[in-house]
Amino acid sequence: MRWPRRRARAPATMRRRFVTPEGVDLRLELGPAGARAGAFVVDALLMLVILVLATIAIGYLLLSSVRGEVFAILWLLGAFALRNGWFTLFELGGRGATPGKRLLGLRVVARDGARLTAGAVIARNAMREIEVFLPLSFLGMQTAQGVADTFLTLFALSWSGIFLFFPLFNRDRLRVGDLVAGTWVVRSSRARLAGDLVQAAPADRRVFSDAALNLYGIHELQTLEEVLRAGRPDAIETVAGIIRAKADMPDDGDDRGFLSDYYVALCARLEQRLMVGQRREDKHAA
Amino acid sequence: MTAPVDTAGAVPVNASRFRATYGDDWDRLERLVTRIEKRSVRALSDDDLLALPVLYRATLSSLSLARETSLDRALVDYLEQLSTRAYFQIYGVPTSAWTQLGRFFARGWPDAVRDLWRETLVMLALTIAGAVTAFLLIRADPGWFGAIIPEGLSSGRDPSASAESLRQTLYTPQKDMLATFATYLFTHNAQIAVFAFALGFAFGVPTVLLILYNGLMLGAFLAVFVPKGVGVGFACWLAIHGTTELFAVMLSGAAGLRIGIAIAFPGRLARLDAAMVAGRSAAVAMAGTVVMLAVAGLLEGIGRQTVTGDLPRLAIGLTMLAGWLCYFYLPRGRHALATA
Repeated sequence: MRWPRRRARAPATMRRRFVTPEGVDLRLELGPAGARAGAFVVDALLMLVILVLATIAIGYLLLSSVRGEVFAILWLLGAFALRNGWFTLFELGGRGATPGKRLLGLRVVARDGARLTAGAVIARNAMREIEVFLPLSFLGMQTAQGVADTFLTLFALSWSGIFLFFPLFNRDRLRVGDLVAGTWVVRSSRARLAGDLVQAAPADRRVFSDAALNLYGIHELQTLEEVLRAGRPDAIETVAGIIRAKADMPDDGDDRGFLSDYYVALCARLEQRLMVGQRREDKHAA
Repeated sequence: MTAPVDTAGAVPVNASRFRATYGDDWDRLERLVTRIEKRSVRALSDDDLLALPVLYRATLSSLSLARETSLDRALVDYLEQLSTRAYFQIYGVPTSAWTQLGRFFARGWPDAVRDLWRETLVMLALTIAGAVTAFLLIRADPGWFGAIIPEGLSSGRDPSASAESLRQTLYTPQKDMLATFATYLFTHNAQIAVFAFALGFAFGVPTVLLILYNGLMLGAFLAVFVPKGVGVGFACWLAIHGTTELFAVMLSGAAGLRIGIAIAFPGRLARLDAAMVAGRSAAVAMAGTVVMLAVAGLLEGIGRQTVTGDLPRLAIGLTMLAGWLCYFYLPRGRHALATA
């Protein structure tokens, strides 16, 4: 039997050093490739929907009105603004994110931690022109003329493939646009402060022997914290069983209370050792 | 097994003491940051505004302490995300759109363009080289015209056209849908400018080709009009918007080339840093060309259709050119630098 390994968190390599002027490292977490692709799809769909709706509306007005020219101009300008302005304007806003990015909990950040300048946002989004729109319009043009032969299709696909998968080929998940603009895309999570496990524990707690408290280190403690917070009965039962067996303690029928008490005692013990400079990372450490 | 244990008073772990002591501060910071995110910093009262940096620093120091002395994972995670959100609201928010726009026209745009002077000269040389090449080629063998200009674009203006029909294309004004025509020209050209910029990423090669081809087309049409004796008319017809439009296209090409050069030859900087510095300033110049192309679109779509005299056309074109050159390249006072 082993501790349940956590899977929910992204690998530690996605965390990046990001030191504030106050000298604290915020350890930003980069946006995962999947979330970024998802955000782009959401944005693309939104743009498409807006374009289609606006086209229908304007087409209707165009046919029914004598001043059709105005609407034709509106359409041309609107389509241009949508294609070039959607990403730029949203990312220049306070949240640094398009609706798609907001939905998936991402935001654009300057790599040096400075303000996000208009130049940077324009540069990162102008690059979409060769990443997305070029192969798209290329393919569209060729199919429209009925000459989209295999070679051209392959070329367009490999061209967009290079740029599409560019973020996967570098450590910081940079798109070509990010590279030129000096930006990166990070997770912007909004979490509530989860309750205090220690305060929630009853005042009269079980006592554990030194041997029982020396079983585990910080990694196991925090895994236990996750188990307690998730509160899945089967996980609690399993973990309580393992600890009881290792600590050689009898089963008193209250798994949750037992784990909660053990958490408090272990946490207090490890923190005491922390105070004298002994940080025990996991159970393998001394 | 059930006797109470008391390892460190009523509150055995640091995290609980932390939460009890600073919890209210974190709550308040979170409320303030949420309000700024939802609306803007103007939604805060004066008191809140003054408290914001204090709360932010207090939370940051809580985070540092919690990382070193507390093992409560949830607490550290919470403080990390709260500090990050507050950091971006305090340090990372772009300046207001109007201020940025003002700075763009006052300093940012002309500075960025001036910064590109070498690349702009290269683009000018490429355009001229393309034009001369196409001119000489077509004068030697008119068959080249079809190779350079796609059929749809020439609309009868080819080497076999008569002087009269050529003259007609220059001076017969279009009557209807002028504004639409202007808008179409603007969006089409602006898209090409953005495109020329983005293509610069491929070491500038496609950008150079694009600009060279632009020059070839120019030369090809010159080769059609000049031998028929309507060269001056054509030059004026082109000048009214061409000085602005060709200039803008050259600038966007120069912006693209700057990125390509920075990536290929980063010099003393790291390649990523070189790309970033080049990208940010070139993007400003490229955004400016969109403005120029809007002006060019108006001049071409409306101005050229209503002004049909050679001299007025030329005058407008040259005035525009002089205006742009002054705006971009005239030296500015030092004091403006400090405020930028």
